[in-house]
Amino acid sequence: MMQSVVSSLSTTNTSNKTLRWLANTLYRKDNLFLLLLLTPPLLWFGVVYLGSLFALLWQSFYTFDSFSMLVTPDLTLENYRSLFDATNFDIILRTLDMAVSVTIATALIGFPIAYYMTRYGSPAEKGFFYVAVILPMWASYIVKAYAWTVILSQQGVLYWCIHHLGLMSALNYILQIPNIGGNTLATSNIGRVIVFTYIWLPFMILPIQAALERVPSNLLQASADLGAKPAQTFRKILFPLVFPGVVAGSIFTFSLTLGDYIIPQLVGPSGLFIGTMVYTMQGSVGNIPLAAAFTVVPIILVSIYLAMAKRAGAFDAL
Amino acid sequence: MPFKSKASNTSTASAPLWLKILAYGGLVFLHFPIAVILLNAFLSSDGTLSANASWLSHFTLHWFSVAFAREDVISAILLSLKVASMATLLAILMGVMAAAALYKRNFFGKEAITAMLILPIALPGIITGIALLSAMSMLEISPSIWSIVVSHATFCVVMIYNNVIARFRRMPHNLVEASMDLGADGFTTFRYIVLPQLATALLAGALLAFALSFDELIVTIFTAGHEITLPIWLLNQLTRPRDAPITNVVAMMVMLITALPIIAAYYLTRGTETLEGSGK
Amino acid sequence: MTIAVEFSAVSRHYGDGKQIVRAVDNVSIAVAEGEFFSMLGPSGSGKTTCLRLIAGFEQPSTGSIHIFGKNATGSPPYEREVNTVFQDYALFPHMNVLDNVAYGLRVKGVQKSESYKRAEDALTLVALADYGLRKPSQLSGGQRQRVALARALVNKPRVLLLDEPLGALDLKLREQMQLELKTLHRKLGITFIYVTHDQSEALSMSDRVAVFNHGRIEQVDHPRQLYTEPKTSFVADFVGTANVVSGALALQITGNQQPFSIRPEHISILSNSNMANSGIPNVDTVQNQMMQIAGEVVDIQYHGATSKIEFDVHHDAFTQRLMMVLSNTEHTEAQLPQVKQKLMLCWPKSRMVMLETHGND
Repeated sequence: MMQSVVSSLSTTNTSNKTLRWLANTLYRKDNLFLLLLLTPPLLWFGVVYLGSLFALLWQSFYTFDSFSMLVTPDLTLENYRSLFDATNFDIILRTLDMAVSVTIATALIGFPIAYYMTRYGSPAEKGFFYVAVILPMWASYIVKAYAWTVILSQQGVLYWCIHHLGLMSALNYILQIPNIGGNTLATSNIGRVIVFTYIWLPFMILPIQAALERVPSNLLQASADLGAKPAQTFRKILFPLVFPGVVAGSIFTFSLTLGDYIIPQLVGPSGLFIGTMVYTMQGSVGNIPLAAAFTVVPIILVSIYLAMAKRAGAFDAL
Repeated sequence: MPFKSKASNTSTASAPLWLKILAYGGLVFLHFPIAVILLNAFLSSDGTLSANASWLSHFTLHWFSVAFAREDVISAILLSLKVASMATLLAILMGVMAAAALYKRNFFGKEAITAMLILPIALPGIITGIALLSAMSMLEISPSIWSIVVSHATFCVVMIYNNVIARFRRMPHNLVEASMDLGADGFTTFRYIVLPQLATALLAGALLAFALSFDELIVTIFTAGHEITLPIWLLNQLTRPRDAPITNVVAMMVMLITALPIIAAYYLTRGTETLEGSGK
Repeated sequence: MTIAVEFSAVSRHYGDGKQIVRAVDNVSIAVAEGEFFSMLGPSGSGKTTCLRLIAGFEQPSTGSIHIFGKNATGSPPYEREVNTVFQDYALFPHMNVLDNVAYGLRVKGVQKSESYKRAEDALTLVALADYGLRKPSQLSGGQRQRVALARALVNKPRVLLLDEPLGALDLKLREQMQLELKTLHRKLGITFIYVTHDQSEALSMSDRVAVFNHGRIEQVDHPRQLYTEPKTSFVADFVGTANVVSGALALQITGNQQPFSIRPEHISILSNSNMANSGIPNVDTVQNQMMQIAGEVVDIQYHGATSKIEFDVHHDAFTQRLMMVLSNTEHTEAQLPQVKQKLMLCWPKSRMVMLETHGND
């Protein structure tokens, strides 16, 4: 293959003087070359994308007249103030609650998987685990959400199992707990946590796995050599080294949950989430300014979280 | 370094049983819903696993033919394929340019540019979606297939960029120097030395970008207008339980179309690590 | 004599403002055609940067470079009549050996059949005729090294640049390749410019050696002169081992503070009686221009053919450690001194080399 490719080149190379001139110019003026390379991505991201974001931010200061349902470009802080109204603030707290619960749940389920695959898996097993983790991660989001609506429904497989195991009374007991429960699994907060946890779990496993992979095994041997029992080695050596990986994973689970607006519509009780609120405000209501103000909330929350994660060294673990 | 496998991290001791159970239990959790989708696609009746249905007697391919006879299904699939292909091509162009510009040299603002490329996947999708939508409405651009492509390419660039820049960094720079030393100018060097080195990374990135675009929903809902991509079609189906068997079949297909490129990308990037024999 | 490569006051700076790194600092050299010219120095001394300036991978910040009389300043690597053998070979991993070697000819537009024929000849020259279809990853380190050599030589460069080409090889292979490179150099008659940090390699292979330190050239000379007549204390110390004596001790020995060097093999034991235990160094300029000094043995190391003896010379305020080498064929084990023994040592005055005083080393 290479031979045929190179043979085509002999003609282009000698005959095309302009191309060589261009090559020489770009070689000598590498700043020009850099500029040429960077201009299209910069225009796209710097102008189109960032421009849109700033336009959105700017609109969050516009005024929405709730009688005429019209947006006027009169600048106001009213939208931001109304974020602290009881109903709106509830939405924020509810979303934040969910993001934290999901993050904790994914860490608890994800760590043993990552730990087992890196520490104990044979190379083949490790590959198997890796593929088994990235496959569900990339499998269609909406299909996964759909699958859970099927599973959690009262005619679904989960109820079927619980029924046949004779655990219905236990389930009913759990569903009666306020804040966690609900009428059915599909309309309970616990159901929502399960679906979110499921969907973001791979995003937690992979950074932990990467962090575990980076711990040189001789450190653990050194610890054992110095007399530490396996549990002590885990607590004093391994976990501190892997913790940034957990934080890195939590960045994903936290911010992805914070911005989601599909799953809250499909599973769980009826209260609005930040995402669903934004969606309703811009869509059926047409209150773009309030929607824009609401989008600032996850940005701020994620920024705070990122700042904390950075201090925990999570960026080195990404 | 290239010869040292990751297996060096593995300790020889075997895992405690509880850990093994937790790990494999986690895998079951991860794959259970996927199995449900796959099973449902082949089930007759209303397609859900009901408490008294005997599964095996209801296995059928009937719903596949029904699904493929539906015009809305076919057009949604075609639209999603078109969007994903075009978004991937655009992302390849942008991603390679950005990676080539940023991998070696340090200059003022480099960090900011990198951050900017990551922003579309770091920010919640709803923000990107609503921002692009409101910008479009301000500029009086009506949503179309192109607005979907642009919005998808925006978050696909980073897939290409990450893969390609990682390969650039791993590629010994003296290969480029060696090529120029032997008489090849920048273009020739790019075609015959750099591009072949990037090929698998580029392909892997492209596959990821394709899969990402193919099943993107969050941003698409905002930028699609009246166009119906496959994920949007699926979302609409969720409110129509009557169509459940068709939904199941389509869901399975979406799963396959995104899963296959991902597996391919994994093997592509994994293979190069063992191939990388020369150099340091 | 034609000059192959000429540096005129070449400097290469990195960075700007406060953080300027002078990788190459005002270097002028002229390498003659057909010469085996080595650039020797510790890492970071600027020798590799000089090589990269010749190859065209970097451009001088100031000064100019001429290659065969033609001003090469600013011209890209692909327009220079030089080729490089890279430190870690830089073989293209996606091409087989033959394609690697033919690459330079192919990109210059040589016909396919012709370039493969010449590539095969080049592979024969480095004794790898049957390896053309292998991938670089299937070769051993030494074989890759030869392919890199063939890939450069097939282009018939007028100057061959070698950047620590043997650095990654083990000792035996390195010695064998040194010999082969010398043979190749004689056979081809082209200019070799060879970068190394290994002083014995530089001494044994080169016609001339330039010693680099902190981006500057300390001395350019033939290997023998470099060893016997080092001009600076850095050269004395870096090329072979030397006792560099300066300051108060130099003042005491020679009567002025100018540093001098004395090679360990030129020091001998005058007497191993304890006559020098007064504690005061006894330096004399008596009998046959021999220098005398009293010292105390600190360590004795066995090195096969020789034994290395380290001893301290005590002075009022300080102690200086010096080193001497005794041949094991001329001294039996019993004749060697013991640790802590006090000795009277001497060396011929003619073997002392006065060194230039430098500002920054």
